[in-house]
Amino acid sequence: MTTSDESTIKRWRERIMLVVAPFIQQLILPVGAIILALLIGAIFILAIGNNPITAYIALLQGAFGDIFSIGETLEATTPLIFTGLAVAFAFRANMFNIGAEGQFLMGALAATWVGTSLELPSIIHLPLILLAGIIVGGLWGGAAGLLKAIRGVHEVISTIMLNFIAIFFIGYMVTGPMKEESALDIPQTAKMLDTAQLMKIMPPSRLSIGIILAVLVAAFIWWLLWKTTVGYEVRAVGLNFFAAEFGGIKPNYNMFLAMLISGGLAGLGGAVVISGLFLRFQHGFEPGYGFTAIAVALVGGNNPPGVVLAALLFATLSQGALGMQNVAGVPQDIVLIIQALVIFFVAAPQIVWAFPEWIERRREAAQAASEGGQA
Amino acid sequence: MEILFSVLTVSLFAATIRSATPLVLAALGGIFSERSGIVNIALEGIMLIGAFFAMMISFYANQYGLPPLVSALTGMVGAMVFGFLISMIHAVVSIRFRADQVVGGVAINILALGLTGFLLQLIFETSGNSPSVPNLAAMPIPILASIPILGGIFFNQSPIVYVALLAVPISSFVLFRTPLGLRLRAVGEHPKAADTVGVNVFRLRYLGVGLSGVLAGLAGSYLSLGQLNIFTENMTNGRGFIALAAVIFGKWNPWGAFGACLLFGFADAIQISLQNAGVNIPSDFLLMLPYILTLVALAGFIGRSRPPAAAGVSYEK
Repeated sequence: MTTSDESTIKRWRERIMLVVAPFIQQLILPVGAIILALLIGAIFILAIGNNPITAYIALLQGAFGDIFSIGETLEATTPLIFTGLAVAFAFRANMFNIGAEGQFLMGALAATWVGTSLELPSIIHLPLILLAGIIVGGLWGGAAGLLKAIRGVHEVISTIMLNFIAIFFIGYMVTGPMKEESALDIPQTAKMLDTAQLMKIMPPSRLSIGIILAVLVAAFIWWLLWKTTVGYEVRAVGLNFFAAEFGGIKPNYNMFLAMLISGGLAGLGGAVVISGLFLRFQHGFEPGYGFTAIAVALVGGNNPPGVVLAALLFATLSQGALGMQNVAGVPQDIVLIIQALVIFFVAAPQIVWAFPEWIERRREAAQAASEGGQA
Repeated sequence: MEILFSVLTVSLFAATIRSATPLVLAALGGIFSERSGIVNIALEGIMLIGAFFAMMISFYANQYGLPPLVSALTGMVGAMVFGFLISMIHAVVSIRFRADQVVGGVAINILALGLTGFLLQLIFETSGNSPSVPNLAAMPIPILASIPILGGIFFNQSPIVYVALLAVPISSFVLFRTPLGLRLRAVGEHPKAADTVGVNVFRLRYLGVGLSGVLAGLAGSYLSLGQLNIFTENMTNGRGFIALAAVIFGKWNPWGAFGACLLFGFADAIQISLQNAGVNIPSDFLLMLPYILTLVALAGFIGRSRPPAAAGVSYEK
């Protein structure tokens, strides 16, 4: 044992930590938030007289118990990757896109229209459907970006309003011009033509090739954000509006661009879900992917790889919830409570320390009081 | 045209007031919160919590043998209490922990949806409608209710409607004619300046958010106990966001928001009565109206709407 050996080990340890530490630091917050939320969820389950371990095992069984459940969970992951990327991309430009839901739905509607009314060979039809989703979703998001850029309208409010406008516009289209004549109780559009459907890749589950597309798009967005000028400018505007402007970047243009791309991503998600899963647009279809997306983006650290993992996490929760309700008798809505808690903990990590700090203050106060009493 | 006149009746305007009431209460709450500098997109969730606990408390009060009216009133007060409690989560997260207020609001909305669904399943073992409970149905005010036209529109309504109608002038008075209102607005416009002259920024912001909780909770109780006598899952159905739109359209002013709520309520009421009259106009476009008008107002085409300067910005001493 010589001193040089020790210093080599030390040097290597430092080198490894230099590479690993940032990852751990990025992971510690979301993972900690999830664990804490699950623990509080367990308290809820205990409070209603059930065994949290049984419940969580039932949840995992429901999500990954057999090949069918795995496929269904991955199918539920697909739209969340798209909407999560949409919210994350806008966040990078410091824009809060609450309107991913509306952009998703408008994209889905456009895809439905192309997929039901045009007759084309599949090789043209499918790309056209996806493109329709991107364009219409992009316009819906871009509208909010434009209002922000030229009139200073806060994107949170405009995207909330655009969500509702989308929902009622779709309501009109699905019960009116696009309604299928021989419809059932719930008005719906015609079914996507055979040439307009995405391939299934894991029967008997409904998993389509859309999941692969989603992961590829995530990789593309990562490349766009970190390896191109477009991404650099968007991130610069998000980090410091005025510094970016001083550096010759047009902040207003980039905010608009970020919302355009964000809406396009959400709209693409809508197109994929229609042509891969639902195959028609039913009246009242409001899956809420655009709202879960906010949790997905936050937990994923607004980073494409993180978004993919977070989407898988939230899809697991929602897919497993039904199994948990059926097997363990825990109301499935508990996953919404867990989801809300995760958002709180990621958004305000200091909450986690509030309780120990409070106990510490109490103890110090008690100590001070007892010392005061002795003196 | 004849059909249009045939639906313009006292009952249409009474329905307008009924549609506007939950919006008015929630919008007033939103004004107090945002005027104090805390953005509140959690109105939707707070209303949902109010609607649920109003029903649940009315149900149990009745089970324990209280008379129906007392049960329903207890439910109404309970809705305000639980609305206040849930709003305090938003307040602590935004004020004490300085989290992004929009993110916090989104989480409250998800929490409310989960919590009410969870409790509905747990207590009543259903995921749709709760059992029916004693409610606060129309209670005509003697003498006033017999005034022609106006009596039918305003004075033959649920007691919560009367509270909402009174809350508008009271809110306006408190906000613009009292020292408390001045301080509340100061904290939302320029917290540093308010702090310098000895105003407690944090306490006033807690008050603003707390009032929004009480009022939005009351708004929720009107949905389950005023309009109906049951709770249904996600029964707010976006009304919290319409109330938010009314806050903006009314330029963060109680009377302005009241006007916006009446307009939105009218769009809702006429849509229903036109449908009942068998007129084939797409109701979706009428339902879209509040949101389009709000966008137009925000874009400044009909007088620019400007939020309080410090709304959404956490304050650090």
